[in-house]
This record gives sequence, structure tokens and C-alpha cells, in this order.
Amino acid sequence: MASVEHTNGEDVAGGGEVRRRDFINIAAVSFAGVGAVAVVLPLIDQMNPSADVLALASTEVDLSAIQPGQAIKTTFRAQPLFVRHLTDKEIAEADKVDPSTLRDPQTLEERTVDGKKQWLITMGVCTHLGCVPLGAGEGENRGEYGGYFCPCHGSSYDTAARIRKGPAPKNLEVPKFSFTSDTAILVG
Amino acid sequence: MSFPWAEHYTPKHPAMQWIDEKLPLPRLVYNAVGAGYPVPRNLNYFWNFGVLAGLALVIQIVTGVVMAMHYGANTLVAFSTVEQTMRDVNAGWLMRYAHANGASFFFIVVYLHIFRGLYFGSYKAPREMVWLLGLVIFLLMMATAFMGYVLPWGQMSYWGAKVITGLFGAIPVVGEPIQTWLLGGFAPGNASLNRFFSLHFLLPFVIAAVVILHIWALHIPGSSNPTGVEVKGPQDTVPFHPYYTAKDGFGAGVFLILFAILLFFVPNFLGHPDNYIEANPLSTPAHIVPEWYFWPFYAILRAFTVDFFFVPAKLLGVLAMFASILLLFFLPWLDTSPVRSGNYRPTFKKFFWILVLDVVVLGYCGGAPAEEPYVMISQVAAAYYFAHFLIVLPLISRFEKPLPLPNSITEAVLNRYNIQGEQDALPGMGSDPQPSNAG
Repeated sequence: MASVEHTNGEDVAGGGEVRRRDFINIAAVSFAGVGAVAVVLPLIDQMNPSADVLALASTEVDLSAIQPGQAIKTTFRAQPLFVRHLTDKEIAEADKVDPSTLRDPQTLEERTVDGKKQWLITMGVCTHLGCVPLGAGEGENRGEYGGYFCPCHGSSYDTAARIRKGPAPKNLEVPKFSFTSDTAILVG
Repeated sequence: MSFPWAEHYTPKHPAMQWIDEKLPLPRLVYNAVGAGYPVPRNLNYFWNFGVLAGLALVIQIVTGVVMAMHYGANTLVAFSTVEQTMRDVNAGWLMRYAHANGASFFFIVVYLHIFRGLYFGSYKAPREMVWLLGLVIFLLMMATAFMGYVLPWGQMSYWGAKVITGLFGAIPVVGEPIQTWLLGGFAPGNASLNRFFSLHFLLPFVIAAVVILHIWALHIPGSSNPTGVEVKGPQDTVPFHPYYTAKDGFGAGVFLILFAILLFFVPNFLGHPDNYIEANPLSTPAHIVPEWYFWPFYAILRAFTVDFFFVPAKLLGVLAMFASILLLFFLPWLDTSPVRSGNYRPTFKKFFWILVLDVVVLGYCGGAPAEEPYVMISQVAAAYYFAHFLIVLPLISRFEKPLPLPNSITEAVLNRYNIQGEQDALPGMGSDPQPSNAG
């Protein structure tokens, strides 16, 4: 009996088996590791947008008062939204460009709703670093391509709000929207 | 940790002896910044800026804690509580102006401190760790200053936050989730303001901790000096106290006079008037610029206007801006010349001043609007900045013929003042002192 206790007490099992001590060590460290991850995850996740920020919002815009050549600035999910009524000349200018020559190739058709090509609805967030481009307000600089011009780092967008010059990598984003009537849209 | 001839701390008063046995903190201070720390006897005034940076950090922490007592970290009230501090709180205007201009002075002395290190080769072995920790402090300072600038929730605060967090959005795939995570929303908002306030309060204490490591790492080899020749014996050093406490005290006086001039006569000289307009997410300021101390890096960010090898210009700019600082972490291994001090490196010296000019030009372009000729100039200047560290420095190290070094600090000092004779009397000098051309 005493000899049996002695071999057990050595904590060593022969034949390549795992020592009891190693098992306890690995199990304890693993358990603590899982616990640490379980603590760190909420600590990281608390910095993500909270439910009230995430709560989806849609914006309704009345287009009836916007004359050709005019644009308005409104907000959609706390960010600026540009609604622009293109003139025939601006549409022609946008159509004249060969999309394959563009940095982010898209045609005006792809960026507007069928049959309502004159309504250019985009986010007012420069795709470079998120400034609000100029050009939606009365008398603002529209840049050398007649669309929008970002004053921060000089990105110029054309009349289809496509990036033409400067550091921005993409065209101004077109959000999901639909016409609820001939003169009203619902964004989001 | 120190030279063997350093003076020993021997408390005489029984109370000090009692403390020394229980917690030898006075001993630590004595050995770190007291008579127990031997320092090269030939330090010039460029060696003041480390202590001045420490002083600036203290000013920032004291005025910052006061500002926090009057500030409300909520987008509804942030702007007005800052204005209230300025107008209604007793001496609030003084605290805020001291804090805002104190940040500028902190960067002024830190930039001088960094360029001192660049010129005199302070980053070279055995002081690489001092240099690396200094860069960590610099990065922490930039993060702290950026978040602090957001807190008043003015137009430049808001748009600065948007642009800088937008930098992370340039990273492929994970960029946008990171940006949203940093801001706690899709654009800077209340969540962003709150976390920036929390971190802006925390980081200065982290900086203070890294400063302690910086000094600790410095005191292992001891301070460098304008000759770049290592200390060889007791005749090369003087105790930090009273010699350099006095010299630093004088420097601190000059620093405080200049600070007071800015603070009391032109407190808004370095600020931007747009930050006195409350943040408006729908209108970008016509000319959005960060604070002056970020201008050189901002110029590098904006220098990239076209895509290269399918990498978008936006990502290139961001990578270049981060690389311009990360590059400095490799400096101890890029400059392989065994001679430390620029005083003995004729070619290096010329290129050093070109680099200084280059950074000034970058700074000017970073503060200018994003139009020609500034974009073009930034591109050339940014290219030189990288070329300086990656091409020019390694080449100079290889081909330059340095001037003869003095045998010791003492010899350099004596030659400078044309004191002969004393040299021979001094022990521990180089065995065959060369005749020097100096003086």
C-alpha cells in the first residue's frame, strides 16, 4: 500500500503519459486564457456604435422645389446627403465621358434611377478622408469638372459625382433610395 | 548604472536616514537628477530641451486637470463649456490659453530635442533604446494632442477628427470597421467625444511613465555630448546638480518668458479661428488644417495624388505619413558611421541642414491649401525626406571622411578655450594627445 502511494505521489506516469501536474498547468492557463478573452471582447466591443447610433433611420426628401442646376444638402444617418437636379448640359457632360478612362468606372445611368437621370442623389462624404465636398450650396466652388470639389485635399468630382482628380479613390457613394412619388424620394 | 566616481548619497539628518532605510526615494532622485549623476562637462544649450520637454509636460498636466474640472464631454455642451471656462470661470482664460499654447511649446521643445539628437548622433549605440523610447513618447504626444484638439468641438476639432480617423478607413478591407470602431459611429459624435476625453486624460500619464523609462535608459550609458566622444574619466564630467540644474534653470527661465509672451500677448496666434465656430457636420471649413505641429506629416499625406501599381493614392498617402515616423525607429541602423557628432562629419552636417530645411518646407506646404504649387513642392520635399534617411545617410556613412576626433571631452574643452598645459597634468587622458587644429 505504501509503495503504491509513493509512485502516485511522484506525479510521474511512465510510458509517455501526461503528468498530472502538466495537465493541471495547461488546463488552468487555458481556462484563464478563455476567461481573459471573454473579458477583453466586451472591452473592445463597447467602442463599437451603440444601439441608438445603429438604429436605422430613413430620410424622406421633397424634390418639388429643387430647380435644374440646384442642389440641396440634407442628412442621412447623421451624414450629409446631396440631392442634385442636373441640367441637360450637365447630363450631356457626364455622358460624354468614356467610363473606362475613370478611376472608378461607372456611367450616370448606373448611378441614377431609370428615367430620372436628372436626379443625382449621393452622400456628401468625400471618399478620401470624409470631408463634405463643396458644390451643393449656392455659389460654392464645383471644381474643374463642374460637380463637387473637396476643399480638404483637392478631390474633384464631375457632374455624375464621379472622382476625376485628386486623392479620393472612389465616386461619391450613392445610397439606397426609391421614388415614393414623382417629386419625393425615400433614402434608406 | 552610473560612473564609479559618482558622488554617493549619504543622508545626514536622522529623518532622511530613516526614510532611506524604508524607501530610498530621495536616493533615487539624488542619483537620477542630483549630484549623484555625473554628466559630461561640455553640454551646450541644445541639451536643455529634454528638461524643458519635461517642464512642458508638467504644465500640460496641471492646466489639463484644471480644464477637466470645467469641461463637459458631451456634444451638446462641449463647445459652450469651453467658452464658459474662457469667460466665466475665474482665471479660466489663463488655464485654457496656457493649455493650448503649452501644447505648441511642448512640440517646439520636443522638435528641437529630436533635431539635437539627429545632429549629434544621440540615437547611436549605446543609446538606441533612449531614441526608440523617445519616438514612442513622440507618437503618444501626437495621439494626445490630436484628441485634445477635438475636445472643444469647434469646426476644426470636428473635421480634424473626421480626417484623421478617415486615415484608418484607407486600410483595405478592415479599414472602415476600424474607423467606425474608433469613432463609435459613422461620423464623429458624442461617443467619439467621450472616448477622446477619457483617453486624452489618460495618455499624459502614460507619457510620464515612458519618460521615466526614457531617462532610465539614458542613465545607463549616461548623457551624450557635443563631441560624441564617450566619457573616459572623472575629469570629463561634472555632477548634474548643481551644474546642470542651474543651466536647465536658466533655460527654463528663457522658455517661460517666451511662453508668457505668446500666452499673454498673442494667445491665438497658433490657433485657427474656425475652431471658435461650433462643429457643424454639414459644412467643411474652406481650408481644413491640423495644428501647426502636424503640418509636415499632413503635407506628406497630401503629396500622393495619383495611384501607383494599383495602390490607391489615398492609401499611399496614409502609408507614407505613418512610414515617415516609423522610419525613424530604424535610424540607429541606417546611419552606420561610428562618429556620432555632426561637428566632426562635414558631409553629414550639410545634409542635416538640408533635412531641417526640407521639414520646414513640408511644414509650410502642410499648412497651405491643397493646390499648386504646394502639392508639387510637397511631393519633392516628401521624396527628399525619405531619400535622406534611406539613401543619403547610409551612403554618407560609407564614403564620408570624418574630421579627427578629440581624444577626450576634456581635451576638446581645453582646446576650445586655448588652455594648454593643464592637459598634461590631467590623469586618464589619451596616451598620445594629438595636436588639434581647433581654436
